[in-house]
Amino acid sequence: MKARRILVTGLSTLWGGRLAQKLEGDKGVETIIGVSPEDPTCELQRTEYVRVGLDHRLLRRIVHAAEIDTVIDTRLVVDSAYASPREAHEANAIGTMNILAACGGPDSPVRKVVFKSSAHYYGCERDDPAFFTESMRRPHPPRTRLESDIVEADDAVREFARRNPEVTVTILRFSNSLGPGLRTSHTRLFSLPAIPCILGFDPRYQFIHEDDLTDVLAFAASEDLPGVYNAAADGVLVLSEVASLLGRPPAPILPPWGSGLAAAALRPLGLRVPDEVLNQLRYGRGLDNRKLKSAGYTYGFTTRETVVKHAEAMRVRALTEGRDEPYRYEREVEDFLRYSPSVKRGPAGVV
Amino acid sequence: MSATTPGERRQLPAPTDDLRGYLPAIEPDRQVTDWGRSERVEGLLDKTLVDFLYHYWFRVEVEGIEHVPSTGGALLVSNHAGALPPDATMIAKAIKEEHQRPRPVHLTVEHFFKGYPGFAPFVAKIGGVPAHPANVQRLLHDEEQLVLVFPEGRKGSEKLYKDRYRLRRFGRGGFVAAAMRARAPIVPIVVVGAEEAMPVFAQIGVLQRITRLIYFPVTPLFPHFGLLGAAYLPAKFRIRFLPPVPTDQWGEKPWEDRGLVQNVADEVRSTIQEELYDMVAHRRSVWLG
Repeated sequence: MKARRILVTGLSTLWGGRLAQKLEGDKGVETIIGVSPEDPTCELQRTEYVRVGLDHRLLRRIVHAAEIDTVIDTRLVVDSAYASPREAHEANAIGTMNILAACGGPDSPVRKVVFKSSAHYYGCERDDPAFFTESMRRPHPPRTRLESDIVEADDAVREFARRNPEVTVTILRFSNSLGPGLRTSHTRLFSLPAIPCILGFDPRYQFIHEDDLTDVLAFAASEDLPGVYNAAADGVLVLSEVASLLGRPPAPILPPWGSGLAAAALRPLGLRVPDEVLNQLRYGRGLDNRKLKSAGYTYGFTTRETVVKHAEAMRVRALTEGRDEPYRYEREVEDFLRYSPSVKRGPAGVV
Repeated sequence: MSATTPGERRQLPAPTDDLRGYLPAIEPDRQVTDWGRSERVEGLLDKTLVDFLYHYWFRVEVEGIEHVPSTGGALLVSNHAGALPPDATMIAKAIKEEHQRPRPVHLTVEHFFKGYPGFAPFVAKIGGVPAHPANVQRLLHDEEQLVLVFPEGRKGSEKLYKDRYRLRRFGRGGFVAAAMRARAPIVPIVVVGAEEAMPVFAQIGVLQRITRLIYFPVTPLFPHFGLLGAAYLPAKFRIRFLPPVPTDQWGEKPWEDRGLVQNVADEVRSTIQEELYDMVAHRRSVWLG
């Protein structure tokens, strides 16, 4: 089924905004509605923005009123450094529940749901396989609150797919992402003069480039991909190789035993290593990305190329910082551009 | 380095869609493989320590190297001994030195090594892969590599000197199921000499718990000589590769037949055991062979 009336959650995120921009270019898409608790950070032409609460409680009314046929849910919190545990729980557990409630039901217009999940679903443990495939479950219960919320959300979406066979449900489990526009715990660690790691460990890492991140979401919107798909670039690096590509030395400042306590002690000094990142720094993780490739998606970058691109962007960041005024959303201006009769409009929205 | 069989507690889906064509392409600029293996570290160790041990210290003699296939996946199954078992390295080196088409050997190791600081990066860089059934399946079936397993696992390397050359239980036969899934042949290997290279006289449970190692052995040089305990005694090594056992002869999904899996595992075990007795019987001196 081709998506025609699309609702994107998490519009304020980089990938949510980029995805909306990409969809705007598609003539077949009639309507794009973006929702998020915060203002968009990308300049958008014809996407309509609605501010909603973290719990997405009123989404059902929007979905029904606009006769949305495709919901692309990109808002899952996957980095506990950027949300308090309470907010993360509100967004991941309650938010997912409400979004699924909005998509389900006998009178629902929704025919396709694309859910952006995370490889944190699999966790990082000592007895993990080297490459997680989509049918595998984590060997032990989640260790962090963020991970248990993600597992809960992912399980809820699969349960929804089982109960609503008429809806095409795609779950995309993304690996860590990297790119010049992204701000994550990992980009923060990688921008330090030396890269903190745990003494005696060299974990395996896989990254997806921010362009691929958006493209995979758009691919899932345009194709029918029922089921679970891992989304991670080709190639698994080890942290020491990542560090050498970034041109920074690894700094084994975290002790192998009591790493959690040491990380907590470093927090007042401004170095924030969240629990789920600490697990990755110890055991690492690899995903088997072949199912998505066999479905027809071609990645633009390998993990190595992603890291190299990120390193290049980091080098010029100091020079370009503050050069361009970043986009700022202003409701009155956007409303004027979209709805005022005085504005001359082209076929694709604002000229 | 101790190894285990891939256990069967975790359920693995039967290989349905063949995704072999979608494996990532090789990037020439990489320092390590996707498994974390480093050619540089491995090569450095191979040229120095392993070379010395192979040619001068253990004076390894190899028989039946032609039984290791030149192409396709194959599961190498061997007996296992010694506190810091040298057998894995010597088998890998034997294939590198003697085989007409040298191939890298992927050694399955206990998950313990991935969790122990220091061991974790090192073991992966020299070719150790955690013994997870999915890892063995990917290596054997998808990547068509040589995989070396020690079905005795740590039961082999922690056993005492008085039990030398007596094979322990072969796990739950997980290695046979893994080979059947991948339709890869099993090549039994018999190693003589590793038992005397670093014999274990006792195990100290208290120290094992304090150090959180998998076991804490007493050997001729350890723990009283500290790091010198890592030195091997110069026993004479003989490695015999036995004719491969094909695993594609039992029709569809033979791994679901528990009885068959157990039977094949027992057969492989008794073959290795008998060859061991034969080789020990013909050995005139532990040190000179």
